[in-house]
Amino acid sequence: MNRFLVPLGIFVVLIIFLLIGLTLNPREVPSPLIGKPAPAFRLAQLQDPAMTITPEELRGKVWLLNVWASWCVTCRQEHPLLVELARQNVVAIVGLNYKDERDKGIAWLRELGDPYLVSAYDRDGNAGIDWGVYGVPETFVIDKAGIIRYKITGALTPTNIRDEIIPLIKELNDA
Amino acid sequence: MPNKLLFTILLALLVPLAHAGEAVTLHDDPKLEKRVMALSEHLRCLVCQNQTIADSNAPLAVDLRSQVREQLRQGQSEQEVLDYMVARYGDFVLFKPLMKSNTWLLWFGPLLLVLLGFAVLIIQLRQRRKLVQQAAPMSAEEHARVAALLSGKHEGDRA
Repeated sequence: MNRFLVPLGIFVVLIIFLLIGLTLNPREVPSPLIGKPAPAFRLAQLQDPAMTITPEELRGKVWLLNVWASWCVTCRQEHPLLVELARQNVVAIVGLNYKDERDKGIAWLRELGDPYLVSAYDRDGNAGIDWGVYGVPETFVIDKAGIIRYKITGALTPTNIRDEIIPLIKELNDA
Repeated sequence: MPNKLLFTILLALLVPLAHAGEAVTLHDDPKLEKRVMALSEHLRCLVCQNQTIADSNAPLAVDLRSQVREQLRQGQSEQEVLDYMVARYGDFVLFKPLMKSNTWLLWFGPLLLVLLGFAVLIIQLRQRRKLVQQAAPMSAEEHARVAALLSGKHEGDRA
């Protein structure tokens, strides 16, 4: 009996480890930027190339930076949630239009609605690299002092907005 | 007919030209390019996680390579470029994991398992030797039976 108990035990432990492995998402790389100041950029605005936008201008506000592109399928999926979030007017949402073509980006917003206070136009993706962007869409929560507090890689969902984003925004607004 | 043939040949000659457009990264400084590629071997492509950015042609890998190139060109050292990447993408961007307290298990885990295997093996061998030593010595009758079995004349047993 004992002869089978030990291999069975090892097998069960192995299965438990593999099951835990299945629930982890290897694409979710923890961002080292959390708790650090938001990287600076000065980029032209998507809709108006003559105007620029920099994170400095949002100092004193809690805001979201949502990285999006018209070629990004998942962005299309999360977009209605952003539009809804903007309608509720709970937080300023800034877009970072990442490696996109200007007219396509503008057309995309015209078609699906524009939840952004303003969208920065990052044609070559350098600002994206500074923010550690590797999989669009990504959403950052930045506090009043300009510190990145949270990051979601991948689509926003009703669940992560309700359980993670909104409570954090409330907390940061009260701070 | 000869015209058609000529046309086909001319068309075939155009094929390499059509491909020529795809060789996008031909750089003027081969020495710099060598450093870029060497350093790129150490950086993970985060969208194709088991490849380095040197191996991958994912858009992000291409961007990160050009970032590496740009920074090396500006006179940054290899270590400075690695630090820049780690500051943005975390330790995971390094293809070879760092030796840190939270990676000790990763580095030494396999060695630990081998040692564990040896320990189990030694314990088993000792126990077996003890069993052999403890076993009662064979009687003369048993010796005779063993000899018979080994010589292949054991069919008689059943008869």
